[in-house]
Amino acid sequence: MSTTEAPASTGTNGNGASGYRWVGTRPVRHDGLDKVAGKARYAADLNLPGMLHGHILRSPHPHARIVSIDTTKAAAMPGVKAVITGADFPEAPPKGATRNLMCTVIARDKVLYSGHAVAAVAASTRREAKAAAEAIEVTYEQLPHVLNIADAMADGAPVIHDNLLTRGVDPRPTEPSNVAARTVYERGDVEQGFGEADIVIEREFSTQAVHQGYIEPHACVVDCDQEGKAVIWASSQGHFMVRSSTATVLGWDTSRIKVIPAEIGGGFGGKTTIYIEPVAALLSTKAGRPVKIVMSREDVFRATGPAPGSIIKMKVGARNDGTITTAKAWLAYENGAFQGIAAMLGCMCVVSAYTLDHLYVEGFDVVLNRPVNVAYRAPSAPAAAFAMDSVVDEIAARLGMDPIDLRLHNCPSQGDPTPYGPKWPMIGLRDCLEAIRDSDHYQTALPDGQGRGVATGFWFNIGEASSATVNLNENGTATVITGSPDIGGSRASMALMAAEELGLDVHLIQPVVGDTEVVGFTDVTEGSRATFATGMAVVEACRDLKTQLRKRAAKTWDCDVEEVEWVDGSAVHGPGEQEPLTLAAITGNAKRTGGPLGATASLNARGAGPAFSVQVADVSVDSETGRVTVERYTTAQDAGTAIHPSYVEGQMQGGVVQGIGWALNEEYIYSDDGNLENPGFLDYRIPVASDLPMIETVIVEVPNPSHPYGVRGVGEVGIVPPLPVLANAVADATGVRISDLPLSPPRVLDALTAAES
Amino acid sequence: MSRTHVTCEVNGDAVDFLTEDGESLLNALRDELGLIGAKEGCGTGDCGACSIIMNGRLQCSCLIFAPEAGGAAITTCEGLASADELHPLQQCFLEGAALQCGICTPGFLIAAKALLDENPDPTETEVRYALAGNLCRCTGYDKIVRSVLEAAVQIRTPA
Repeated sequence: MSTTEAPASTGTNGNGASGYRWVGTRPVRHDGLDKVAGKARYAADLNLPGMLHGHILRSPHPHARIVSIDTTKAAAMPGVKAVITGADFPEAPPKGATRNLMCTVIARDKVLYSGHAVAAVAASTRREAKAAAEAIEVTYEQLPHVLNIADAMADGAPVIHDNLLTRGVDPRPTEPSNVAARTVYERGDVEQGFGEADIVIEREFSTQAVHQGYIEPHACVVDCDQEGKAVIWASSQGHFMVRSSTATVLGWDTSRIKVIPAEIGGGFGGKTTIYIEPVAALLSTKAGRPVKIVMSREDVFRATGPAPGSIIKMKVGARNDGTITTAKAWLAYENGAFQGIAAMLGCMCVVSAYTLDHLYVEGFDVVLNRPVNVAYRAPSAPAAAFAMDSVVDEIAARLGMDPIDLRLHNCPSQGDPTPYGPKWPMIGLRDCLEAIRDSDHYQTALPDGQGRGVATGFWFNIGEASSATVNLNENGTATVITGSPDIGGSRASMALMAAEELGLDVHLIQPVVGDTEVVGFTDVTEGSRATFATGMAVVEACRDLKTQLRKRAAKTWDCDVEEVEWVDGSAVHGPGEQEPLTLAAITGNAKRTGGPLGATASLNARGAGPAFSVQVADVSVDSETGRVTVERYTTAQDAGTAIHPSYVEGQMQGGVVQGIGWALNEEYIYSDDGNLENPGFLDYRIPVASDLPMIETVIVEVPNPSHPYGVRGVGEVGIVPPLPVLANAVADATGVRISDLPLSPPRVLDALTAAES
Repeated sequence: MSRTHVTCEVNGDAVDFLTEDGESLLNALRDELGLIGAKEGCGTGDCGACSIIMNGRLQCSCLIFAPEAGGAAITTCEGLASADELHPLQQCFLEGAALQCGICTPGFLIAAKALLDENPDPTETEVRYALAGNLCRCTGYDKIVRSVLEAAVQIRTPA
């Protein structure tokens, strides 16, 4: 805790030079009142008449063959209406993403982690369902398990999938292993680069698995009818994903399923997949009643998420003038029980904030007996940045250079090649570095006894498919319907972009998240895409509407549409022979000029602008307890254009604090027998208000030329720098560099003690 | 199954409900009374999403057996606003963008009310410690703390 009075927000408001009327302003969000009044409905808040409660039985073993499941006793218990096991679901294909999804929802022949779903019950009350689930008799044949990367990659390790042959190795192995894939990116000649370097630093780093930690456990209500139709109310990052994934797992046609998005109580990537909806659907089908499933917090920790742990070996060479020329990286990421792409993403990110002549990056995706990885805010990038920016910090110290000057000296610009192939488009890394260098924080002398760290972060951002429908109402208001759930204020951003386009007061626009039957297909909210891509669809629909509005005015005035302009929410007659017609005047007369006005846009958004963040922290370290206290923290991030600056700051601050948790405290702790030992918020300690200072923000705006308002996604990159920022700050404060996260009190104390002796 | 009849006062209204033995007050509020503002984030008293004020004290309603509420006076998030006006905390949370997903918001509002009822002029440090039992994973707490401090000013100096 640094102060007793809150400093003024340092957040800039992008609205200054832009000339926009609405974009860059900070209206109260449209869904806000319901959320402060306790009226907003999240998935667990819905109850239907006749509704049953579902409970899922989970494996107590990390790796075991299911010999038999006897549900006789459970089915006869009070209140029980349906019991299902893996045998009630369609057979899964032998391998691939479909198998991984199907077998995550419910185990088939084997359980692959403690917490793996095995069977489920629907009963009249929660307690009856739980009691019956616990009465299901499962006979397991336990198998040897692997819980960490080193054990999983070792010769002779127990193999989890007997048909998993490593991709990316030539020739492809003929024997299965736990290495799902090998990824390589290279450029130049690293041996030559190291030979020519004045300074070479080589270090090994490790990070632990962490959970996304959304406060709302997964929940759904599913109502299946006798015609085979299902209505699903669920909290997710994309209800079209819930529809397609549920259909895949059940072998149903998607047209049988309607998904109504509940409010979502946090996701951070963790709700880009499903766990419980097909289970509830099958129970509902069997019982002929609606079924609700709400996960316990323990189940959330044991069976959903997490983000992977990693081991990264990093070797970097530089010249005495501070030019970083060469990097060699070896990365291994946990994938959980099924293969993913964590290491591939880590390989793409690890040196992205630097220009390099010579580069060799090799990554390994490793399966083990833990729940399968799910995306968590800029997945894989934080661990990669931890490795690279820790080494870069050491280089700066060895060369006696300011760490920001060193990074500016090696900063890529538009047209430089990315480590993974294409050239950089317009990016704001340099601007972020300069923003931190020039910040009040960086310009203020470090208080005695504290340490300061800086680091950078990169994330790709993505576009994907989005749809929007904009309807103009007869009174001159507008309804904006999109298919992107509102995780953190996106309704307000959609309304602001529509307001800007139409020239309509943002308070006259009602943004709505539509269900799968009222709005066009929209991909899951991931890759910081909602405001970018779905916003682009809103803008396109509004531009279509402006053309329609001009035509209506032309019809009213009996003139050529080319003579009509749309200015500040009104049709204006170019030659000036007519009084302007407001939007409300046109919609009020719409029945007489051609009918109601509405427009829909569906698109694949291209050109998501890459995101960069640069951050600085001051910390103090208690030499008696090893506790690290964050005294001051400032983050600069390129938002392209901040549509609603308050929620851009919120994304920046939230990402930083999740990164602080990852760096300082959070970790999955497994016992040797493969059970998670800290599946609750008491022992899995996420940051609380008293752990933190204010998080000062500087919004940098380097507009993305591919978006009509210059938007870049802002949701993810903020979580990337805190890991190296805090490691670098602790090294500065103590003179001891710790390369294994988290920097929890026992680990810091051990490192300090070891350094003394 | 035996059910207990419980009578209490919630947000100024006399209410009664039937509850199973061992049921939490949180479930009774949500399922029997339809007050969905209090949320279950953990069920073990670690996250504060189910915060209520019972007989003047801030409590996690997931840790209270429903029959223990007999005769008690309870305030939930739904009881903060009047018919025509939001509570200053609610208004400041809206204007200060102190919520993102909103799942923790009712609990924070209740915890903040409990603080300001006791201490109308808290420091930033006091706000941070008073809210340390409430988890928010979205905001990093910055805008929540600022909004509580701003609401304290507004309550002390009404317009």
